[in-house]
Amino acid sequence: MLTELIHSLSREVIVEVAQAGGAIVLCLAVVILCRLFAVHVERETVISLVRGLVQMVLAGVILAMLLHGNLLVGALILLAMTVAAATTASRRAKEVKDALLLSFYAIVAGAGIVLAGMIATGTLSSDIAVLVPVGSMIIANAMNACAQSIERFRADVAAHVGQVEAGLALGADPAATVAPYVQSAVYASLLPRLDMLKSLGLVWIPGVMAGMMVSGASPTYAAIYQFTIVAMILAASGITGLVVTLLIRTRIFSPAAQLMLHQGEPR
Amino acid sequence: MLIDSDIIKSGSATHSDPAIAIETKNLSRAVVGKVLVNDISVQVQHGAVLALVGPSGAGKSSFLRLLNRLDEPTGGTVLLNGRNYRDIAPRALRRRVGMVMQMAYLFPGTVGANIAFGPRQHHETLSREQIAALLERVGLPGYQDNDISHLSGGEAQRVSLARTLANDPEVLLLDEPTSALDEVSARGIEELVLSIIRERQMTCVIVTHDILQAARIADCTMHLEAGRLVAIGPTKEMLDAH
Repeated sequence: MLTELIHSLSREVIVEVAQAGGAIVLCLAVVILCRLFAVHVERETVISLVRGLVQMVLAGVILAMLLHGNLLVGALILLAMTVAAATTASRRAKEVKDALLLSFYAIVAGAGIVLAGMIATGTLSSDIAVLVPVGSMIIANAMNACAQSIERFRADVAAHVGQVEAGLALGADPAATVAPYVQSAVYASLLPRLDMLKSLGLVWIPGVMAGMMVSGASPTYAAIYQFTIVAMILAASGITGLVVTLLIRTRIFSPAAQLMLHQGEPR
Repeated sequence: MLIDSDIIKSGSATHSDPAIAIETKNLSRAVVGKVLVNDISVQVQHGAVLALVGPSGAGKSSFLRLLNRLDEPTGGTVLLNGRNYRDIAPRALRRRVGMVMQMAYLFPGTVGANIAFGPRQHHETLSREQIAALLERVGLPGYQDNDISHLSGGEAQRVSLARTLANDPEVLLLDEPTSALDEVSARGIEELVLSIIRERQMTCVIVTHDILQAARIADCTMHLEAGRLVAIGPTKEMLDAH
């Protein structure tokens, strides 16, 4: 493995390092330009550039080692990504009990169903070198959908506490009192992905397609494959958004159908 | 109206008095180290009106919200017709103990859909005639198909009252129903509420910051301060004491 690693430091890598150096010089030139207009971003830019470079080199080295593993290693990498994604998404719902666990379940449901379906139908190779990058894209989008759903649902319920409690006071089922906010939360999580699908090929050519074309694949094949990936991202996001919203809905009400948000505030 | 909290403390309430509609037994609620309602025991007879008065933050609304279990007591309980309300499903309880809030909080849509909301939650359908009759009673004839966005504050509060009455509650809780309205609308709502509770002989608990309003509506008044019951008695006596 070490030999392969050393081998990977080929002339191609040296060229890439030179290109990265050029990119850094261009960024520093922008910093100097900003300084002329009294916009001081020197320290932040240097820190960001150094951090970004170090993190990406480390990620590249780790992936270079891991991508020679089997399907189990791939599954473990995706699991670790899912945990990290759930941790990030659950930060939007600190006041909700078990938010991390609920986010994890939702991302596993969304990304898991889609990835399993893609592998089962042969759309996605179980080769770790393909599974991990495509899986990470789907998990990352599921994470965003999860965070957007949580944020929207929490904000809508908090803004309509009066209506929700008016419904409860009339004997309504808690689920009925927040039904409009469930719909808007799921829609909010899908909207960016729907826009992404609409603009596909017009506004942007995604990385997977570009990469496939660079490595010699037919543009038509690459385009259809890319469409499939983006459609799967939409599906994973929809499932994740719906699952996390429905799970959080159960946690904002007590067993006695009382709204648990703002319980600390005296009335 | 019974005002003898000693009766409850002595435990004689174990055999329920059929004259009592709603009764609190050592009712308390505390959140994050703050006591909102502190050990309140009171009985309200069928058809009586009890006013809750006191300064802001005294726990009036907190007490009211415990009566239909919109919030959970941290101590004590409530008896509805002698039955512990924890033995009644919360949704069924809230239908029997209706509440009108400070703001109308109407749902988007028509006035008619708002009126039909409560019964619909229990798989009952109000006919157009029944909705029309309720609207007529609250002084809004012909408003059934109007969108709620076109209502004034006073009209919205009348719809809110009709929406609660559509559930045909045994006990009516009113949380400062006129405080968000101008003087004319407030007086109109007050007169409407008074006529309806007299007509239906409803048991009623009203939160008000206005002792004069309590005098016009309530048989008995309870004064709260810092979550504690500091005085309770016939409204006229309470008014004279102030």
